[in-house]
Amino acid sequence: MVEKRKHNSAGEGKITPYRIFSIFNTIIMLFIILITAYPVYYIVVASFSDAGALSRHVGMLWLPLKPYTLSAYETVFKNPLIASGFLNTLFVLAAGLVVNLTLTSLGAFFLTIKGPMLKNAITFMIIFTMYFSGGMIPSYLNVKSLGLMDSLWALILPGAISTTNLVIMKSSFSSIPDSLIESARLDGASYGQILMRVIVPLSKATIAVMVLYYGVSHWNSWFNASIYLRNSDKFPLQLVVRNILNLASNSAMTAGGGADEIAQLADLIKYALIVVTATPILVLYPFLQKYFVKGVMVGAIKG
Amino acid sequence: MEKKKKFSLRLLGNDLRKYSDAYILVIPVIIFYLLFCYKPMYGILIAFKDFSPAAGIWGSDWTSGHGFQHFIDFFQSYYFTRILKNTLVVSLTSILFGFPAPVILALLLNEIRNEKFKRVTQTISYMPHFISLVVVCSMIKMFTSDKGFVTYLLSLVGGPEVSLLTKPQYFVPVYVLSGIWQEIGWGAIIYLAALSGIDQDLYEAARIDGAGRWKQTLHVTLPGISGTIIIMLLMRMGNVMNVGFEKIILLYNDGIYETADVISTFVYRKGLLDFQWSYSAAVGIFNSVINFIVVIVFNRISRKFGEVSLW
Repeated sequence: MVEKRKHNSAGEGKITPYRIFSIFNTIIMLFIILITAYPVYYIVVASFSDAGALSRHVGMLWLPLKPYTLSAYETVFKNPLIASGFLNTLFVLAAGLVVNLTLTSLGAFFLTIKGPMLKNAITFMIIFTMYFSGGMIPSYLNVKSLGLMDSLWALILPGAISTTNLVIMKSSFSSIPDSLIESARLDGASYGQILMRVIVPLSKATIAVMVLYYGVSHWNSWFNASIYLRNSDKFPLQLVVRNILNLASNSAMTAGGGADEIAQLADLIKYALIVVTATPILVLYPFLQKYFVKGVMVGAIKG
Repeated sequence: MEKKKKFSLRLLGNDLRKYSDAYILVIPVIIFYLLFCYKPMYGILIAFKDFSPAAGIWGSDWTSGHGFQHFIDFFQSYYFTRILKNTLVVSLTSILFGFPAPVILALLLNEIRNEKFKRVTQTISYMPHFISLVVVCSMIKMFTSDKGFVTYLLSLVGGPEVSLLTKPQYFVPVYVLSGIWQEIGWGAIIYLAALSGIDQDLYEAARIDGAGRWKQTLHVTLPGISGTIIIMLLMRMGNVMNVGFEKIILLYNDGIYETADVISTFVYRKGLLDFQWSYSAAVGIFNSVINFIVVIVFNRISRKFGEVSLW
């Protein structure tokens, strides 16, 4: 038995099956790092390469192809739609988050209040939407009939509450001891005051999680914009990017084999554009990950 | 009876007065749900009508076949079996390969003793989760094009040197494998949390009983996270009819509809690009109804397995 325990302890020189496994395991992890990071690395390296050399290149890429160039980035930053896309996305983020957080916390808080007769009915009304929805076409016609077409509010209001997030928030709110709420009630506080002065200050971490969840979904969203917006100077960044990337691949195709200079540059612009759009969030996420991780935990416990 | 009703109405009145400050808080939430969730549900009526925007939902004429003409047309069309089959194939293949991947990653990460290396691996493995879908999909398209490095690597082991997404037979593998690439690290978080929640005394006890590493994994680790695995699997199965249709729209092209076109992408094309609102709404309802049944069934099952369910 003593020997068995020795086998398990780290730092022993003997070759045990577990040591062999550990070595393999480390190799597997290195492999996972490689296949996760390489595609991103490829894009970055390609974006600094020469357009002509890149268009002839097939296969792996480890260093930028000479002569190095920043011309793709110049083109990207000169494009007025990129700038307006950034601004539109920022507006949707800011206004969207205010609406999201206000409505979600109001709904989540109401579901934790004990006593109101209509609470069960309202709970059912909220939860039922997780099971059934009108679907894409009726939702589209609804936004149209509300006069929201071609307005940035069409990207904010229809998704003002994500019921999943509301449930996560509710489960976090209900972990706050009832005694705090009751004593505030006895002091004559209204439920609105309790939400603002007791619940919100005690739920900062959950609110941070919600900011990140809603924030990332606003940042990444393009589909609603593509069906609700017509006017290209209202497009959010992701939709602008999607349109440019689509256009680039089409022009490259029509140019026939990429011999044409414009088509080559179009290809290069794709890489630069991807770097520009992905950088903000890839720089931020390692610092924010603890909140995301926390959110996954809260979400998993649910209800 | 009359009396009782009056009584309960008065009770409701008192309740509304007593909790007025709570009800006021929830009014905007109710308005949101009525306007953006329940009003579209009323809009489902158009599936049974020949909707014209001028006449409105209520004013449009009912279709022939007692309002079911669009459903009959859909069930009899060539597309019905194709998109139903594609939806199930894409979804079930994703679950078959995509579900175990994060579990395995979590188990392997758990065996890494060097905390720093473990953390770095984990952080890098999340990365694709934070790249927007638009960007991920254009990366997939570039890398699987005839000059892309994925195609190149495959050609080294006998694969064809063509754009993979122009061939119907490669769509599902590309979709599923890229899905694993996107979500394996993120998906592992929940299992790592479950793993760290296992009582360390159990390992100690197993060691005293003479269990080696492998036996410990089999008899302590796996039972310790099996509850989480089952719940996650049931939740995933409940979503079997919800395919990631935004990703498909970004990836597919008319050359590969044969394998890539699923119910939701079909609804999108017919409804929002071809303006066949009523017909596509009918197809959408078909999906919603099946989805509803599946979710209910799997939620029931998961309630049996643990205390955890959707709500």
